[in-house]
Amino acid sequence: MPRRTDLNSVLVIGSGPIVIGQACEFDYSGTQACRVLREEGIRVILVNSNPATIMTDPEVADATYVEPITAEVVEKIIERERPDALLATLGGQTALNTAVALHERGVLEKYGVELIGASIEAIARGEDRERFKEIVASIGAESARSVICHTMDDCLSAVVELSYPVVIRPSYTMGGAGSGIAYDEADLHQIAGAGLQASPTTEVLLEESIIGWKEYELELMRDRNDNVVIICSIENIDPMGVHTGDSITVAPALTLTDREYQHMRDVSIAVIRAVGVDTGGCNIQFAVDPATGRLIVIEMNPRVSRSSALASKATGFPIAKIAAKLAVGYSLDEIPNDITGVTPASFEPALDYVVVKAPRFAFEKFPQADPTLTTTMKSVGEAMAIGRNFTEALQKALRSLERAEAVFGWGKQPLDKDALVAQAALPRDGRLRVVQQALFAGATVEEVNVATGIDPWFLDQIELINEVAAEVRAGADLAPHVLRRAKQHGFSDRQIGALRGTTESVIRGVRHALGIRPVYKTVDTCAAEFAASTPYHYSSYDEESEVAPRAKPAVLILGSGPNRIGQGIEFDYSCVHAAMTLRESGYETVMVNCNPETVSTDYDTSDRLYFEPLTLEDVLEVYHAELAAGPVVGVIVQLGGQTPLGLAQSLKDAGVTIVGTTPEAIHLAEERGAFGRVLADAGLPAPKHGTAMSFPEAKAIADSIGYPVLVRPSYVLGGRGMEIVYDEPMLSDYIERATQISPEHPVLVDRFLDDAVEIDVDALFDGTELYLAGVMEHIEEAGIHSGDSACALPPITLGHAEIDRIRRSTEAIARGVGVRGLLNVQYALAGDVLYVLEANPRASRTVPFVSKATSVQLAKAAARVMLGSTIAELRVEGLLPRTLDGGSLPADVATAVKEAVLPFGRFHGVDTVLGPEMKSTGEVMGIDALFGTAFAKSQLAAYSGGLPTGGRAFVSVANRDKRSMVFPVKRLADLGFEILATQGTADVLRRSGVIATVVRKHFEGDDGTLDAVQQILAGDIDIVVNTPYGVGARVDGYEIRTASVRKGVPCITTVQGLAAAVQGIEALLAGEVGVRSLQEYGRDLRAWREES
Amino acid sequence: MSGPAILVLEDGRTFTGTSYGAEGETFGEAVFCTAMTGYQETLTDPSYHRQVVVMTAPHIGNTGVNDEDPESGRIWVSGYVVRDPARRPSNWRATRTLDEELSAQGVVGISGVDTRALTRHLRDRGAMRVGVSSIDTDPQSLLTRVLASPTMAGADLVSEVTTTQPYVVPAIGEHLFTVAAVDLGIKAMTPHRMAERGIEVHVLPATSSVDELLAVGADGVFFSNGPGDPATADHAVQLMRAALDRQIPVFGICFGNQVLGRALGFGTYKLIFGHRGVNQPVLDRATGRVEITAQNHGFAVDAPVGVVTDTPYGRVEVSHVGLNDGVVEGLRCLDVPAFSVQYHPEAAAGPHDSAYLFDRFVDLMRATRVSA
Ligand SMILES: Nc1ncnc2c1ncn2[C@@H]1O[C@H](COP(=O)(O)OP(=O)(O)O)[C@@H](O)[C@H]1O
Ligand SMILES: Nc1ncnc2c1ncn2[C@@H]1O[C@H](COP(=O)(O)OP(=O)(O)O)[C@@H](O)[C@H]1O
Ligand SMILES: [Mg+2]
Ligand SMILES: [Mg+2]
Repeated sequence: MPRRTDLNSVLVIGSGPIVIGQACEFDYSGTQACRVLREEGIRVILVNSNPATIMTDPEVADATYVEPITAEVVEKIIERERPDALLATLGGQTALNTAVALHERGVLEKYGVELIGASIEAIARGEDRERFKEIVASIGAESARSVICHTMDDCLSAVVELSYPVVIRPSYTMGGAGSGIAYDEADLHQIAGAGLQASPTTEVLLEESIIGWKEYELELMRDRNDNVVIICSIENIDPMGVHTGDSITVAPALTLTDREYQHMRDVSIAVIRAVGVDTGGCNIQFAVDPATGRLIVIEMNPRVSRSSALASKATGFPIAKIAAKLAVGYSLDEIPNDITGVTPASFEPALDYVVVKAPRFAFEKFPQADPTLTTTMKSVGEAMAIGRNFTEALQKALRSLERAEAVFGWGKQPLDKDALVAQAALPRDGRLRVVQQALFAGATVEEVNVATGIDPWFLDQIELINEVAAEVRAGADLAPHVLRRAKQHGFSDRQIGALRGTTESVIRGVRHALGIRPVYKTVDTCAAEFAASTPYHYSSYDEESEVAPRAKPAVLILGSGPNRIGQGIEFDYSCVHAAMTLRESGYETVMVNCNPETVSTDYDTSDRLYFEPLTLEDVLEVYHAELAAGPVVGVIVQLGGQTPLGLAQSLKDAGVTIVGTTPEAIHLAEERGAFGRVLADAGLPAPKHGTAMSFPEAKAIADSIGYPVLVRPSYVLGGRGMEIVYDEPMLSDYIERATQISPEHPVLVDRFLDDAVEIDVDALFDGTELYLAGVMEHIEEAGIHSGDSACALPPITLGHAEIDRIRRSTEAIARGVGVRGLLNVQYALAGDVLYVLEANPRASRTVPFVSKATSVQLAKAAARVMLGSTIAELRVEGLLPRTLDGGSLPADVATAVKEAVLPFGRFHGVDTVLGPEMKSTGEVMGIDALFGTAFAKSQLAAYSGGLPTGGRAFVSVANRDKRSMVFPVKRLADLGFEILATQGTADVLRRSGVIATVVRKHFEGDDGTLDAVQQILAGDIDIVVNTPYGVGARVDGYEIRTASVRKGVPCITTVQGLAAAVQGIEALLAGEVGVRSLQEYGRDLRAWREES
Repeated sequence: MSGPAILVLEDGRTFTGTSYGAEGETFGEAVFCTAMTGYQETLTDPSYHRQVVVMTAPHIGNTGVNDEDPESGRIWVSGYVVRDPARRPSNWRATRTLDEELSAQGVVGISGVDTRALTRHLRDRGAMRVGVSSIDTDPQSLLTRVLASPTMAGADLVSEVTTTQPYVVPAIGEHLFTVAAVDLGIKAMTPHRMAERGIEVHVLPATSSVDELLAVGADGVFFSNGPGDPATADHAVQLMRAALDRQIPVFGICFGNQVLGRALGFGTYKLIFGHRGVNQPVLDRATGRVEITAQNHGFAVDAPVGVVTDTPYGRVEVSHVGLNDGVVEGLRCLDVPAFSVQYHPEAAAGPHDSAYLFDRFVDLMRATRVSA
């Protein structure tokens, strides 16, 4: 069937902010979908509140709405755009649930919008756990015994029948939100309670536990002719009980006989048909009893999922792209397989390599969180690696995580076998390393299998790695065949060096002298049966390399590796833009990255893709291979965040050309002392600071510059280990707790600037001219990490004078450092002094936000500058505005607000207080004519429900905030909110004529009335304002804040945040909030720039 | 740790590796199989007789060897080439390791080979003769023996794989039909799939005479898969014509498809590297549906696609085509009750998409019985 001719415009719903369980894989899928639909001549309307995505680039869709993804807002877009159809299967659970909501509100019917991909009925059959189980039974397959519960009482009676442990799984959620394993009644109350909360249909499934069974996933596609193909099988190394998103997984499945695999295939095909996903991708999960092979269906996702992204990268089969084509009417056999160019998409990929995916966690940022891995997803990102065998792929995947402790190691000191085996039984981050240690300590495969449930085949492979390690360590000198064997099993030069008691570079020298280098194979979907036309490569220590020679000069772009807090999709955005623009300007672009979720790792984003870890060794080998293939201009390290930036110097030392800002210049900005001199020369003030090698030194510095001080270990990312210290006891406590202070590990002590306005600046410098791209004013005061605080562009309270001062200071820094390309500076405006907090000589998290808010393709311009274009040239060319810059915008320009999205809901009991250490996983953008409206939109996009327009506000603030809180709270009262407050706050309010009902604090003696926490939990509170105070604060108010998170009540923890919220609430009360596309905003801006 | 081994192709390309399975030396036609599961079924498929099979999937032997999955009484491949053999199998049904099984059956193999490089070589240059040795690792001397070994073109191998004695596979449940199956290298799953449908299957030696075939008094005749060059299968073609002459319903698969093709007067030819795997898309031209099929063939029928051809047995059309390369994957006679496919609907190993063909055979026999 060819493409439907009755579809002229399609609305695509994105997945919103990056959250745990829903990350940039949906940028990858949504972007592919939009591109495909446009190639088909269809008008694409897109809604996604996440500005950091490629899909929200104005050129990806015809009308791009960076607006909150709620049924109300999307209805406005539909009313305005009148699309023929809605495609909701590529925007994750968010898009799917929004589509269901639109249907229930009768919107789709009212505007005659057809839901393509999966029908409402199919979605319900797939997502509703109860109906799904009926379907599984109807096709003669099995699911785990379970009971559907709508109340806690249902749950309690259900366990009688199921008996503990039981698994709790809510409907219509993803990433295991609200799910968990209950071992007793206390667990049940806690988990099922949250589960009922999490499920939009207040429905949870209580299920018999099959923890320890093998877990598998199949990725399927179906077309309108009912042709079904399996794209990929994925096997979880961590057995049932650990969420697939948190498991180390491998593709293809490696421990199934054909009979078992075909049974799984038959069942999944029967399921997709019975559920009735008419076209597109879908993911089905299975559990297999290792003792009997008994097969149980766990769940299906009637949409493209995180696993589909993984499957696409693992096989080279672009599931999202094909799904979009199927949705508009094509059948699989009508769509060519891009990679071979000659064969059709109606086939099942064959792999001649092994893929391993490993999750990346962020528990170090949430000390109070339970690090045990369970049915609710906790990882924030993942790395994928490809090798010709499992051991190679596994070790590459582990080093791709960029965590020393994740990589296998072989110490000399004896290990406690039994302790390690016991430890391995508890699934946690890094469990596989514990397993490796246990085997190394002499545990048998059987022992470890019993403790962990990990399949003996995988354990034997880890045993094999240990054996090879022993061979490497043994012997007077390293025999060539042993070295080669080690490389064939994925050992890095560093690991081998450690085993031989020497350095990585010595091993590399030996290896190169022996001519032992990796070859590069190709991911081709067909195990070499047909020639591949797309250079999608991975390294392997095998015989024949497939890198083709080229004439065009190449530029290597280093990506940012696995998503983590502080380094996420924003950096991928910049890398992708560099690839696009350099391709256009005649270079052969070569992407190196190991994150399967991203657009950068799509085989058609760059001319060549190397799916490799971002370590010095792996990058050097890619560089070497490309140098052999043709001319290489150099390597771009400033777009992928700290990961590539950290490699700059050693790459250069190894003879690699770095384009753009030089490693020396990078050092000037990164090293405290050097940067201090740059500022001094430029006459720019920085907060008083000192570097301490011991506690007495730290104390002395603190005394001299005065408390509060900001302390941190030197060389940190994303504010790791940073704390505000208010007095000496806190200081000594911090030094004790958070540092191993020594001359090697000094601690930096800065004067903490109280009540300072933080300003984030992104700029471009070509050596002569500075282009000030954007000036963002933070809502929260300095002290809250720039990544976590909301900010506004244009800056709400800064005048021309200040912006000019910022422009001059930024230019001085750019000059002093010697930037060629992007520069990000954070300032703090205290009183009238503009302090420089730090400068990052690289693309920042805010580049995509600035690009969208000012309609300028900043990352593209940056890539061009790195390769020698001047800003003047780019202005003429039109890549940058002909005149003016991001600091000079029309008076009536729309305000864009960026709000951070925090993962507190995932981690029970974690305090929500923000500080200098970054904790957010993603961000949203709200844009509108006025700040208040834009802010309100950002809140609606970031938190379900957004700001309340009435009801009861509970206020309890620290003494230092009592003054500044009065005005906004009074305004809340005037706007009709009923104010509740704790005693102290209430007293202050009363004096200003605000009558607040006094609510007792959690720990104040019980007098029969509901205390603050109880009222929040009872759902009696609509908005919570609670600012913590220095020392005590981390405790005081803790229960209030965590309760708010559990109930999903907006919880404001700073006075500035409150002020902004009040403006937002006013805007909402003022009436109709409209929607407008980025293309429209852009048109206005360009018109204005033409005139001026 | 087993000793070194080498693999030498007839064009001189040499790969070194480690001895796997039995020690020794072996020759055959080098072919590659892209299936990621089902090595046990592959090894025991008689169609692989005299072929040295290169597995593109790197890890082989992970699920060991069990007693249920073999497709015949023995391993047929003449040699086995893998990259990473399992050291330890893991599967609840496994009773022994693949390495042990290969040694026990004297099958010479080689591991640690860059199987992707080898596969790309065969893809570009075509299937060719090969030698694998763990006793003489001198490429030159092995090459001379490779060049002296027989080629697959013109090879009549059916007689080497067919059963010596007829045997019966009883119908499962009610006995509805009787089928005479000409064993040209039949796989165990094929009679089983028919038995599941109430068919009693009389498996006959390929050497059976026309009279012996007819003596079964079958409702239908089945022609199985098998090794070698169909151009040599004159006797099978005779048997086929006998069935066609008498309007007895005929179903052929793989080699059986080529035999039907020849009986109808079409030629057969050798593909460059053949189709071997479980992911081959085939279009059913009647329904427009695509099925993912298990395939193992190096030869194909040379018949015009998209037109009805007149033959001694009336009008014939190509019913199925391979979507990867347009190769004829099935024939349907319009005037006599006969059809065949080039692939493996019994699918062991492989997907079950094509099982419906056995139902078609049943329908054909039922229809013929009614009209008779
Ligand atoms: N009955 C069960 N017993 C043990 N573990 C289970 C059970 N059901 C699900 N799980 C585990 O919980 C994880 C999440 O369950 P799933 O239904 O896939 O939720 P989600 O929709 O979040 O993916 C699965 O990956 C699996 O490891
Ligand atoms: N001297 C200071 N006074 C007040 N706040 C500060 C000071 N230095 C840093 N901060 C706060 O800490 C946050 C993180 O510090 P920064 O140097 O930017 O670390 P990172 O490299 O993690 O971005 C900043 O965004 C700012 O809010
Ligand atoms: Mg799941
Ligand atoms: Mg910063």
